[in-house]
Amino acid sequence: MSQLPASAQGASWWRTLRGFQGRNLWFAAFVAPFVLGLLVFVYIPIAWSAYLSFFDARNTINPTRFVGLQNYRYLLTDPLFQNSLLVFIAFAGFIVPLTYVCSLGLALLLNGLTWGQAFFRSAFFIPTACSYVIAAMIWRLSFFNGARFSLANQLVRGAGGDNVNWLGGTNYWYWLVLVSLRLWLQVGFYMILLIAGLNRIPTDTYEAAALDGATGWRTLRYITLPQLRASTVAVLMLLLIGAFQAFDEFYNLLGSISGYPPYARPPLVHLYLISLGGQQQDLGLGGAGTMIVTALIVFFGLTQNWLVTRADRRAG
Amino acid sequence: MSRAGLKSSRAGLLVRYIVLVVLSVFFLLPFWIMIRNAFSDRAWITAAQWHWLPNQVNGRTLRSLFADDNLAMARTMVNSGIQSVGQTVLTVFVALLAGYAFARFNHRVARALLGLTLFTLMVPAAVTFVPSFVMTSQLGWIDSFRGLIIPTLFSAFATYLFRQHFLGFPQELEDAALIDGANQWTSFWRVVVPNSMGIIGAVGTITFIGAWNAFLWPLLVTREDTRTVQVTLSRFMTSQGVKYPELFAGALVATMPVVVVFLFLQRYLVKGVESSGID
Repeated sequence: MSQLPASAQGASWWRTLRGFQGRNLWFAAFVAPFVLGLLVFVYIPIAWSAYLSFFDARNTINPTRFVGLQNYRYLLTDPLFQNSLLVFIAFAGFIVPLTYVCSLGLALLLNGLTWGQAFFRSAFFIPTACSYVIAAMIWRLSFFNGARFSLANQLVRGAGGDNVNWLGGTNYWYWLVLVSLRLWLQVGFYMILLIAGLNRIPTDTYEAAALDGATGWRTLRYITLPQLRASTVAVLMLLLIGAFQAFDEFYNLLGSISGYPPYARPPLVHLYLISLGGQQQDLGLGGAGTMIVTALIVFFGLTQNWLVTRADRRAG
Repeated sequence: MSRAGLKSSRAGLLVRYIVLVVLSVFFLLPFWIMIRNAFSDRAWITAAQWHWLPNQVNGRTLRSLFADDNLAMARTMVNSGIQSVGQTVLTVFVALLAGYAFARFNHRVARALLGLTLFTLMVPAAVTFVPSFVMTSQLGWIDSFRGLIIPTLFSAFATYLFRQHFLGFPQELEDAALIDGANQWTSFWRVVVPNSMGIIGAVGTITFIGAWNAFLWPLLVTREDTRTVQVTLSRFMTSQGVKYPELFAGALVATMPVVVVFLFLQRYLVKGVESSGID
């Protein structure tokens, strides 16, 4: 419709530009605010940071000293940065499958419930309204405090153990704290997405399967999961992107007045600490870090997508 | 697991309800801990013996929370309110227009711009906080509501959700309005928007919750004048000599608005997710 050929004689460039009944102008008017915003606050900053990444840009945004790939080389050989990538991989490795399985479990538990469904759905969904800052406060100070008064230590002592320093970095228990917090906060949202997916599966598919004698696990394996494929791909992608962005709960669980510890630093926290959060602002390093992190998230996203698609085709 | 499979056994249903009740207790527990701490004194919270119930159920902690000038709790709540309402209204407005255009136009320019939008779904604002911060400080917007709101309001996610919704919106309704002499703008506001309140409510709720709970961006751009409640609580938590009751009373106060919004608008959220089909 919008691409009527402008071959009619006398059709000026203006008429072409306006389009049929001015449709091109309407298109421009509708998208302009969004596209301009995207350009000014997403694309230009990314380009700028690509530019800064080749300069020594400490405490300045108009750097003069070109350093080539030095910022990149510094970051890629920095043990703390390498470690932050490992932290991301470990965190995503825990949280992505765990959240998917738990949210699917909750969705299946609620599916087809005749009594109390709205209440239980709200109970699982409402943590979404809590901020990571406040959740971190509850986890850090009441659930998993290293001191004797935390709920976790109360339980550990009840079982005959000694108080555990959950977040102190002398052991790996901080993973339990980090993963349980995010799981609690986000699982309800993905449950809603999967409930929507389950509701789209036609009931007669189940009836047909039941007639063929399929029950329980076999129904799940051969009917539910394949039919949920589209939702699954979307949920896994959103979870991965979310895990990559992790900042709030790490910062608030582990940061203190004396700074952030060297362990459990995900990429964004490390980027924050080296570029903006420290004594001086190193925007060249921050720019290089942004480039690397952006490339990685695109890479991880595409890889996961490829793996899911391939597994799906095999299951075919 | 299916409807057909579980209809059969009553015992299965009973087990299912027991599991659901136990899980709901776990999910609601953190909220209860927040309330318990907000209405207990310090000694009670830090006692070696864990207490499930509060011991100081009165307004004393809340009064001392709001009386603390250092914390400026009332001020910080107002800041968060301005930020979240402003961001919600503007995000919905901008994304609604763009999402509509992306659903109705499919020429080369539209496809290219949609591609640019979808790419930023994968690279969300948080990942590019360093350059966004540089941009914002260049504009002189540090510690202003402009700096807090504008750089984060161009949401590819919201635009995408609206586009998906409008793809399924019957175009006949708009055509009828156009035939009656309305132009695109009036038909959009008179016909399309009033019939899309569900998805607008859903995107609005998601945006509001995200804005109210945002931490990284406010941490970077706010100072004394515009500090939001999440940043205030985070600073309070890591300051020396944590005041447990006040801290959790602050958390309770900060969680209230968003829980209320959530409970009232939850059905829009669920409906919106169902109809937009994120998949």
